[in-house]
Amino acid sequence: MDREEAFSKFKDCAVKVLHVEPEKVVPEATFAEDLEIDSLDLVELVMALEDEFSVSVPESDLEGVDTVGKAFDLVYGKL
Amino acid sequence: MRLTWDSNHPDGGLRATRKVAVVGLGAVSVVGIGKDEFWKGLFKPSPAGVKRVENFDPSPWLNPKELRRYDRFNQFGVAAADLAMQDAGPLNLPSEKVGVFMGTGVGGLESLETQIILAQQRGYNRVTPFLVPLLMTNAGAASIAMRFALRGPCETTSTACASSNHAIANAAHLIATGRCDAMVAGGQEAAITPAATAGFTNMTAISSCGISRPFDKNRDGFVQAEGAGVLVLEEYEHAISRGAHIYALIEGTASNEDAHHITAPLPGGKGAEACMRLALDDAGITPDQITHINAHGTSTPLNDLSESQAIYSLFGDRCPPVTSVKGTLGHALGSAGALEAIAVALTYENGLIPATANTKDIEDEMKLDLVVDEPRKFETGYIISNSFGFGGHNSCIVFGPAK
Repeated sequence: MDREEAFSKFKDCAVKVLHVEPEKVVPEATFAEDLEIDSLDLVELVMALEDEFSVSVPESDLEGVDTVGKAFDLVYGKL
Repeated sequence: MRLTWDSNHPDGGLRATRKVAVVGLGAVSVVGIGKDEFWKGLFKPSPAGVKRVENFDPSPWLNPKELRRYDRFNQFGVAAADLAMQDAGPLNLPSEKVGVFMGTGVGGLESLETQIILAQQRGYNRVTPFLVPLLMTNAGAASIAMRFALRGPCETTSTACASSNHAIANAAHLIATGRCDAMVAGGQEAAITPAATAGFTNMTAISSCGISRPFDKNRDGFVQAEGAGVLVLEEYEHAISRGAHIYALIEGTASNEDAHHITAPLPGGKGAEACMRLALDDAGITPDQITHINAHGTSTPLNDLSESQAIYSLFGDRCPPVTSVKGTLGHALGSAGALEAIAVALTYENGLIPATANTKDIEDEMKLDLVVDEPRKFETGYIISNSFGFGGHNSCIVFGPAK
């Protein structure tokens, strides 16, 4: 899966789980300010991404993940 | 309302000088949403079967993000609280002087059941991080406090079917004693789940024919229902000063315990009778001043018999008109008392007592003046509203006219 296709899937997943507008899901968007989601939302997003991409993301990997881009890189790096 | 119960005091104790007014009503019920639809629904025929708040749409109150972390019981509560706050109008009070007391039997049971099934199928690491906020009973009160930024006491009472009566009673005390100037109080329940239904069915508490007919010879159990009822209570002088509409006053309350059996009431309704007596004492009135009883009346063989015995022990042959709105509403468990408190407030408003739906043949040994077939006119006086819960929890509230 190339990066663009993967990000498209990532974005669909985020929109579905977080109920955010698709145009807001860009790599530089921060979870807290731009998407207004909290740590519980992030956990739920990661669970959905694990299902979508068939990867496993341990909680310890989430430290410092505060933007869409960082979260995407984390998941994409496991493919 | 009493402040102390001091037998050495000349009057038996001190009484609160602050009065508690009911100034806002919000109902999310099986017969309709909002106090007007609720009231109209109490006069309509009641179809047999489990009673749900059909086609409930939470979107006017909660956005999609919020909905993911609000169980159905919590959605009902927020909606009912919002309706009650709108009805009350602007309180103009400091946020720390307004609190939230809600009652619920089981909280977010549906979420818990769904997530347990998910965990069994896909593993516990798939359980939503929102499970705890979804299921915890106190999420209901907390969500209302967050919505209106209310920073006074915020607590949840869980005494099964007496939950919301207790919550309202405790809220009224906070106003009478001066800790708060207004309270958002009531109950919320959404427990028509497969496991809860099985539990109630297997203990033979549920009507096998799906008909709620309180105090009838042929009653055979309660009919499951759901919903939320919320009242806004306010210190009387403050309510008057801002020109609020006052439906009724809360004059006295009582809480006691059967300490007998986890589900069966104390024989002869002795615990319920004692609770009603305490509530009258708290209100400073005598039985002959009660002009209407809004009964717990669940349509179970045991409750209705013992409640009728309690009423007869207290009122004898001078029984005031009794009704149970559970004929129409079914039994909404932890929200039942709050919905009944709303019915009481609207009985004052409309001068009318709704009939006990479905009841045709009152049990011979129950010497009650039960309102059946047709509603009955209500003039004035004090109304007592009863709620009794599994666990032997009794709660009674005495309401008075707005004056």
